[in-house]
Amino acid sequence: MVSVPAKARRGAAIEIKTLISHPMETGYRVGPNGAMIPRDIIRLFTCTYNGEEVFRAELSPAIAANPFLSFFTTALESGTLMFRWTGDGGFEATHTAEIAVE
Amino acid sequence: MPEPPTPQPSRRVFLRRTAALAAGAVALRPGAKARATPEAMRQAIREVLGEAEAHPGKVTLDIPALVENGNAVPLTVSVESPMSEEDHVKAIHVFNEKNPQPHVISVMLGPRGGRARVATRIKLADSQQVVAIAEISDGSFWSGSADVIVTLAACVEDLQ
Repeated sequence: MVSVPAKARRGAAIEIKTLISHPMETGYRVGPNGAMIPRDIIRLFTCTYNGEEVFRAELSPAIAANPFLSFFTTALESGTLMFRWTGDGGFEATHTAEIAVE
Repeated sequence: MPEPPTPQPSRRVFLRRTAALAAGAVALRPGAKARATPEAMRQAIREVLGEAEAHPGKVTLDIPALVENGNAVPLTVSVESPMSEEDHVKAIHVFNEKNPQPHVISVMLGPRGGRARVATRIKLADSQQVVAIAEISDGSFWSGSADVIVTLAACVEDLQ
């Protein structure tokens, strides 16, 4: 789930909020069968703005389940923001949002 | 998140668990689990800093001082910066003292960042200090910290 303002003034700092469903299993917990539950986390989140990377986050198991991230970027031109999450076990998710800059 | 129903453990599973428990009791002190230490955190910070020193200041951590549940603790890190081409925050790194690993998150920003403020939710395994290090475009490092008291720990709680 991603929240991006649909419209912004040129040069304004806009806040982007992202939330994704994921267990963020730490790899330090013991499961019901007595064995360690393997680590399963999102390791990397990136946001590109018309193809240019404007934000990147490297996550450790200490990020809570269903990772929430909010950050700012400058609205420079109308276009597409692309969000990408990648992680353990080949996890990959993407989302795009359009922004109109006037 | 709902857990699948636990089947009745068979005798074999019971024996295996007992053996594992006995082995564990020999290998570890009771209750001793993988934990980072303040020393491990200092080392992790040292890897980020290299030869440089972090100056206290410019970095603000907004995190509750008292947390009931360590599984999802809201954290906002802000850095005083004009976020211009000449003077901007390049990266923010967050560390903790007592989770199994000292590293929490690293974010890379740039002059297009607009505002050097990042928010997320983190897990805390114990009452401890959380430290954030900001790397500025001029090569300097700044740090801020916050102490958090946690009553219900996260990260290593077992499902049994």
